[in-house]
Amino acid sequence: MSGRLELAGATVRFGTTVALDGVDLVVAPGGVVVLLGPSGSGKSTLLRAVAGLQPLDAGQVSVDGVDLARVPPHRRGIGLMFQDHALFPHLDVAANVGFGLRMRRQPAGEVTATVAELLTLVGLPGTGRRAIQTLSGGEQQRVALARSLAPEPALLLLDEPLGALDRPLRERLVAELRQIFDRLRLTVVAVTHDQAEAFALADRLVVIDGGRVLQQGTPAEVWGAPVSAQVARLLGFANVASASVDDRRIVSPWGDVGPAQGPVAAVVVRPDGVLLDPNGPIEGTVVASTFAGARVRLTVAATGAPLLDVEVRGPIAPRVGAAVRLTISPSAVTGMTS
Amino acid sequence: MIRRRWAAALLGPPVAFLTVFFAWPVANIVGEGLRGDSGWDLSGVGAVLGDPALRQVAWFTLWQAAASTVLTLLVALPAAHVLARLEFPGRRLLQALIVVPFVLPTVVVGAAFVALLGPSSPVGIDLQGRVGGILLAHAFFNHAVVVRTVGGLWEGLDPRTEEAARMLGASRWQAFRTVTLPTLRPAIASAAAITFLFSFTSFGVVRILGGSSRTTLEVEIYRQTADLLDLPVASVLALLQLTAVGAMLVVQDRLERRRGRTAAALRPSARRAPRGPGERAWLVGNLVALAVLLGTPLATLLERSFRTTDGGHGLAAWRALGEASRGSGLFVAPVDAVANSLRFAVVATVVAVTLGGLAAAALARAGGRAARLLDAILLLPLGTSAVTVGFGFLIALDEPIDLRASPVLVPLAQAVVALPFVVRTMTPVLRSIDPRLHEAAAVLGASPGRAWRAIDLPIVRRAVLVAAGFAFAISLGEFGATTVIARADAPTVPVTIARLLGRPGPLNTGQAFALSVVLMVLTASAVLVVDRWRSRTVGRGGWV
Repeated sequence: MSGRLELAGATVRFGTTVALDGVDLVVAPGGVVVLLGPSGSGKSTLLRAVAGLQPLDAGQVSVDGVDLARVPPHRRGIGLMFQDHALFPHLDVAANVGFGLRMRRQPAGEVTATVAELLTLVGLPGTGRRAIQTLSGGEQQRVALARSLAPEPALLLLDEPLGALDRPLRERLVAELRQIFDRLRLTVVAVTHDQAEAFALADRLVVIDGGRVLQQGTPAEVWGAPVSAQVARLLGFANVASASVDDRRIVSPWGDVGPAQGPVAAVVVRPDGVLLDPNGPIEGTVVASTFAGARVRLTVAATGAPLLDVEVRGPIAPRVGAAVRLTISPSAVTGMTS
Repeated sequence: MIRRRWAAALLGPPVAFLTVFFAWPVANIVGEGLRGDSGWDLSGVGAVLGDPALRQVAWFTLWQAAASTVLTLLVALPAAHVLARLEFPGRRLLQALIVVPFVLPTVVVGAAFVALLGPSSPVGIDLQGRVGGILLAHAFFNHAVVVRTVGGLWEGLDPRTEEAARMLGASRWQAFRTVTLPTLRPAIASAAAITFLFSFTSFGVVRILGGSSRTTLEVEIYRQTADLLDLPVASVLALLQLTAVGAMLVVQDRLERRRGRTAAALRPSARRAPRGPGERAWLVGNLVALAVLLGTPLATLLERSFRTTDGGHGLAAWRALGEASRGSGLFVAPVDAVANSLRFAVVATVVAVTLGGLAAAALARAGGRAARLLDAILLLPLGTSAVTVGFGFLIALDEPIDLRASPVLVPLAQAVVALPFVVRTMTPVLRSIDPRLHEAAAVLGASPGRAWRAIDLPIVRRAVLVAAGFAFAISLGEFGATTVIARADAPTVPVTIARLLGRPGPLNTGQAFALSVVLMVLTASAVLVVDRWRSRTVGRGGWV
């Protein structure tokens, strides 16, 4: 496939639970689309439905308007990298990577050459003869990537691509993955529950929960203007609360937080826009403090309001137990309609 | 090495038991055959190996075992897939039920196939004396070995590796052949080896279904000893069989070692409902095949036990179980045989579980080469001719105490046969206890004794019950050794069944079928109760 992937009303039920609830989604060729959602949100089911591993109960998956319902997984030309890799334990690295090529009956010489090329691409040259069990988590990840790239799929699906790895490795691999995807001009659909991973990988972000698409856009668009309290929480925002409008001002549990441009049912307050201010209207006590190098994240119990996360520069951070006064900068506030 | 010394101490009693009640009798039999009046005489070996009739027996033993193995794999592998991968109503019950044939006494299996495919077959096929009946009976008997061994691994295989192959362009069949089959191969080979072993040493089934023309080594050993009183020939045959079985165990050990490596990829099972008409047809087809292969012999057996001499149905055969009628050639009423069997089985179970438990504890502590060697040695009685063990008892156990007329002889022989199963069941369970659990308990303030009570005891208790259930079922059904040792006035149920089947007259046959039903119910209930414990332990922590 080389064209437009489209899901229309895609629905999957497992017994009484609805894993996918009429999902409509369009993925244009080129670029990386990341589905962000908590575990059980239906994001993996969506990937499996696109791959053809999970039949739909209703709706359809199509490419350039052609329904894929009757196309079995091995004829879809779609690559899938599984969570925890699912490498073949009885085959060595080269045989794992070359599997898809052998399925296409490519001559052995060609397979060997392509495998060597791919192992170099993922930074593991010369490891072909090694057993899968001797690889570290990061190496397995790279082998799994090389394996799914080998048959040159036009669309590559990634299920929690970096989920099992530790953090420094993840950050390095995200950058590498982006480079490889750009170089090969691949269309990629990835799912993850990790906001940082999603922001780092995505050209386009799709927030999903309860089997439904809640919001989509560029990472900046979604991060800058979550459409609902639910999305804001899924994006990792802590300062989310219901709110109302009074005389064109947003009224939140933390008080008046700025002008309203329309109806508002909830607000999200970015922690870097909450300022320590001796004359601030919010009174509270620091109940927790997390050191993060140049910045410190404080949790403040404000009088008569939910806990408020505050991000300040290290040197000026008050200690736990200190009484503080705070001001919320209106630019850090986003009003949402639900 | 405190652990090693412990292991050695635990091994003392089981090793002593096997030396006295297995190695010594078998060595006696072999010695009896190979020693002339003036020292060793190996001319008997040449004579036996040169005898075309006996060569014919050896050849038949070999090829019928190979054919039985192939047939068993052909019918059981699809069933293993269905039970390991698909979810459907009644699956758990079916999974418990398919074990029943394996624990059925071989005599009952023989009787069931005589009922189904004998001279008065309801489907009009008479395979008695033909190899087809023997092969089918072996497939019936060993089916569960394949389903359990292969299915157990299959169930734990990550379905995503097969899906990964599909995403890389493999068709369903290619994915199975290139990914699933290689992973299953060690388990398949291991199950095939066990099936081959059981078919190779088959006694009860062949004696009942084979007639006079089809004999295996085991049946020939019995014939040479009991009917022809030719001990030298019998002992050479026993030696031959022992050598073959030893070789097979070495092969099995190799396979077992390879199997250990793939076990790493296990995860919780991923069964799902069948999808699409293809999968549904596959499921239904397999269920029908299971019903035909496993169900019809037993159903026919049950039906025939109620058939009366005039062709109608009634309780005549069942009523006759209470009498020692003259025409049956029995000294005691069949119901007394039931009482004997139960008594013997209880004693044999206690002996086998006690000694097997000690051996398993030792094996679980030991590691590496020594453990594997021990494991293989403890398995040896499994493959040795039970008939040989029985005759060995009669020859060897006269000094220092003459046990030959003692009533404990039968349960002791049965314990020898059941011991490998007990060890096999308990060792993995004991081995699975994570030593970190002890460390965790110790850190939480438990003394070593308390830690053992809190952690090991509940697990060990279940393992003991499971092993006891199997040992009980095996003792109830043991035929090869018991038929040689049991005194005419104290026969067991299998011995009585074989005697009744060997007599003419529909009432005798009817009684044999009725008694087979009784034995079937007894062994099946022992094993089904065990299976409930087993599945409960799996639910709790996956111990067995």
